[in-house]
Amino acid sequence: MKNEKEIIDENIDIEIKLFLEAILLKYGYDFKNYSITHIKRRLLHRLRTENVNSISEMQYMALYDKNFFRLILADLSINVTEMFRDPLFYKAVREKVIPILKTYPYLKIWHAGCSTGEEVYSMAILLKEEGIYDKTQIYATDFNQLVLKKASDGIFSIDRIKEYTINYQKSGGKDSFSDYYTAKYNSVIFDKSLKENIVFADHNLVSDSSFAEVNLIICRNVLIYFDRVLQNKVINLFEESLITGGFLGLGTKEEIRFSKNFENFSTFDASQKIFRKITV
Amino acid sequence: MKTENKYNAIVIGSSSGGMDALRKILSVLPKSFELPILITQHVSPSSDNYITQYLNKLCKLEVKEADEKEKIQVGKVYFAPPNFHLLVEKDKTLSLSTDSRVNFARPSIDVMFETAAWAYGSSLIGIILTGANFDGSNGLKIIKDFGGLTIAQDPKTAHSPTMPEFAIAATKVDHILPINKIGEFLSEL
Ligand SMILES: C[S@@+](CC[C@H](N)C(=O)[O-])C[C@H]1O[C@@H](n2cnc3c(N)ncnc32)[C@H](O)[C@@H]1O
Repeated sequence: MKNEKEIIDENIDIEIKLFLEAILLKYGYDFKNYSITHIKRRLLHRLRTENVNSISEMQYMALYDKNFFRLILADLSINVTEMFRDPLFYKAVREKVIPILKTYPYLKIWHAGCSTGEEVYSMAILLKEEGIYDKTQIYATDFNQLVLKKASDGIFSIDRIKEYTINYQKSGGKDSFSDYYTAKYNSVIFDKSLKENIVFADHNLVSDSSFAEVNLIICRNVLIYFDRVLQNKVINLFEESLITGGFLGLGTKEEIRFSKNFENFSTFDASQKIFRKITV
Repeated sequence: MKTENKYNAIVIGSSSGGMDALRKILSVLPKSFELPILITQHVSPSSDNYITQYLNKLCKLEVKEADEKEKIQVGKVYFAPPNFHLLVEKDKTLSLSTDSRVNFARPSIDVMFETAAWAYGSSLIGIILTGANFDGSNGLKIIKDFGGLTIAQDPKTAHSPTMPEFAIAATKVDHILPINKIGEFLSEL
């Protein structure tokens, strides 16, 4: 026997399914294969902050008010990020991946789900220090246009610079981190030369297809929000987008072991979750 | 054989002093213990897996860090990884999230408690242990609202009494138990 609270919760789950269907029909964004619990937390959070009575009411608002939908989109795309996040990952890229990438005449790197760009600027700094920035084209993509705009501005809050400097050093940074930005009021602006070879673009991993053949894909802390079906689909997209011998770098808690494409990859660095596409 | 155990899972939240408290509870549970246990212990973002390794050696149950999409199984104790929230899905699998901190914490006890209540409803047991903040008291209240069983460590026996005190103030908890009695209580359910 379900109690009253459990019955309400069951109804909330039904309302969320309908909400996601409405968003898909109206705006073309498909969240059906995201972690349901994650979506539910975010939607209920929005419900409380807006003082709305039900998800159904929010569905009405999202359908008729595009700005409200933008808010929902921002809610559902977790944008938490940092520079040189997990420094040991960048250290592994610097010490193990870059020496191999150096052997190519030119390079393409894709940051999928780049959020506000901290990760991309980190990579640009690394590539400069390793002397291969000039022969590299970087694609930085996300499905949230608000964060892409921030990313292309390259302006970040000064509060976090201390933490980023430590990360940079732990990641094997060779110069002085402060050489890469100018502080202004409460912000820092990263050097324009860092983004010369970066293209920021709107790309949805759920619905858009492969757009280039690249040497390295970085997609960190994005797949954890997807269910296994969608993870498989996206890993397939990555495989299609990598040259043979190309690298895939995932977040510390992400895996491709369960994917049907796993046999087409070798594990390059198990602890830093770096994989390599092999010849088939 | 207990045929009508109405519970299907246990969630535990702990913070400062938690390591010792968790050891006291987990080390007395038998290998045949029938409920999976999910734990959020506040740790610094950069900490390694020392806690799980240490407790795994000490306990009869398997103690591990949670993997994303992992199926929750009886006989196992899952810890939220450092710097990730641990969420429970309705299909009884685990999700991880790097979502913003909640109550200044990631992992946050409230996040795990609330999502576990959604997944397990009245068949959940929630336990708040020692800690110097108030994370978990909202989550414990939700567990109670869903009809689950709520337990707080007796603040007198806590390294840091604030967290169980907050929990007791926010919810009419079912049991307030000294730390040495919690493991025993769970074994006898
Ligand atoms: C937690 S952030 C990760 C940022 C960065 N990669 C890092 O690890 O620090 C997740 C990002 O994935 C993006 N994202 C989520 N679903 C997406 C999708 N279907 N297509 C493209 N980007 C997506 C979100 O907008 C968000 O910016």
